[in-house]
Amino acid sequence: MPGGLSPSDFTALMPEFVLTGVALLVLLADAFLPRARHGAIAWFSLAGLVLTAAVLVPYAGEHATAARGMVAVDGFGAFFKFLFLLAAALTILMSPRYLQVEGVRPGTYYFLVLCATLGMMFMASGIDLVTIFIGLETMAISFYILVGFIKPNRRSNEAAVKYFLLGTFSLGLLLYGMSILYGLTATTNLRAIATILASGEHHPWLPLAVILLVAGVGFKIAAVPFHMWAPDVYEGAPTPITAFLSVGSKAASFAMLLRIFFEGLPSANGDWGLLFYALAVLTMTVGNIAALTQSNVKRMLAYSSIAHAGYLLIAIVAATRVPQTGVKAALIYLVVYAFMQFGAFGVITLLRRHDVIGEELKDMSGLFQRSPLVGTAMLLFMLSLGGIPPTAGFMGKLWLFSAAIDGGYYWLAVIGVLNSAVSLYYYLRVVVFMWFKGDPTGSELVMSPGMAILLAITIAGTIAIGVYPRPLFDLADISARTLGAGGITATLR
Amino acid sequence: MTPITPVHYMVLSAALFIIGVIGVMTRRNIIVILMSIELMLNAVNINLVAFSNLWQNAAGQVFVIFVICVAAAEAAVGLGIILAFYRNKETVNIDEMTLMRW
Repeated sequence: MPGGLSPSDFTALMPEFVLTGVALLVLLADAFLPRARHGAIAWFSLAGLVLTAAVLVPYAGEHATAARGMVAVDGFGAFFKFLFLLAAALTILMSPRYLQVEGVRPGTYYFLVLCATLGMMFMASGIDLVTIFIGLETMAISFYILVGFIKPNRRSNEAAVKYFLLGTFSLGLLLYGMSILYGLTATTNLRAIATILASGEHHPWLPLAVILLVAGVGFKIAAVPFHMWAPDVYEGAPTPITAFLSVGSKAASFAMLLRIFFEGLPSANGDWGLLFYALAVLTMTVGNIAALTQSNVKRMLAYSSIAHAGYLLIAIVAATRVPQTGVKAALIYLVVYAFMQFGAFGVITLLRRHDVIGEELKDMSGLFQRSPLVGTAMLLFMLSLGGIPPTAGFMGKLWLFSAAIDGGYYWLAVIGVLNSAVSLYYYLRVVVFMWFKGDPTGSELVMSPGMAILLAITIAGTIAIGVYPRPLFDLADISARTLGAGGITATLR
Repeated sequence: MTPITPVHYMVLSAALFIIGVIGVMTRRNIIVILMSIELMLNAVNINLVAFSNLWQNAAGQVFVIFVICVAAAEAAVGLGIILAFYRNKETVNIDEMTLMRW
């Protein structure tokens, strides 16, 4: 066989190539454009993301592999790629004014955001351990730099060091698990691994590989007990990057989780299903209880994001018995979560002014009097995160819990519902501060065009999915079907 | 003299990996922690090369080259981050990272 990529591979990887091209142009623009014109880079990056999404559209109905089986070109991957592009676009929309207030030059900021997105896209489409690993690292290394991007800020430095150390440590665990998997099967292709493991005898080393892989993935999705980096990193990172981390990185890690465990290790689902069950219960409970006592809103949202990873794990556990319903529920919830989480972080970014950090709960005081529109938007996002109808959060949770019930995991659904009830306390506490406390600063909020677009998109998404969820459900349904070589229903039996 | 079997490589790799994990858990100096993580990655490399030889299959060696490249990129970025931290804080001890609760 001749080496290299064939012309059809180039066609199959076109969205990734387009995004790479845009990222390189952004890097060039940063070097050669006069300092005064740098504001255009953000808009150029946005245009690049929209272009990539447009190129991606025809791939949504595919179900094939490319580059010698290293990459899957399917609806499942396309669904996640659209989500990553949306997350990156929302991040870029809220960035220019934030960077200006923090007093840092954008420099390579937008390039790194695009690189992280590129890594996520390969995590979602990789069906080879090497592809997934490279995608993961492209994303992670970009994030290490982005988290510490505000160099004079000590909190940003500290967050970057913590994220870097725990990120590489988890990579070590993940890679060791992958090396054992390669040792057992003599291949790095996940679908080939699945075939060999299904036909072979019981491997005594397989549980060890599964444990290491679950631990490595657990760090990336910030599941308890692998969550200790998340609150510090989320608090210290620039707010737009916190939002991107909590949505983009989490969604990409869930895509990686689904690829590794459903494509590569379906025959061991008894082992990892049990582990994820325990992780789901722990993650929901610890995340919600820890969030109750936080006074910093970014930190509170970090714990809430940990709790949401726990809810998502319910869908993963349910998918071991009802694959189609479970995976579909996870896909729906990730989209819902993206809208409400970005909305909430958008409001926090809006509160950041030269003299006010705007992250503490008391900075929310009187928000409704200061700006009724922003106050109402924050109310909507908090209700959605808490899962109150008629918001998107309610629809997402409804699907998660009904998937758990379909799979026969009644206790998991009960624990999930109880946890949602607990979470209402800290979401509504924000609302109490906004509506019933006076405003100590009395200063006006400055709405930049990017922020206005961001809030419009997130509000529209949160309401639209809550009121008319049909299109998203149908899309998630079709996309979930294409996971695995023979489709999701053939993957787990 | 007994020949070197794959089991020998696996024991070496497991020992290196465990030393790395213990180093990450117990050391307080960021640079030493970074070195321990590199030990873990090298344990992975030994495993992959040994299995590659066992199965007479090149995929493992290709994987190793990627792991080495990524480890180099991570070390470059990581040392940069640690340098930025040191400039503000004049220390590379993780016990001094007290701005946010660890």
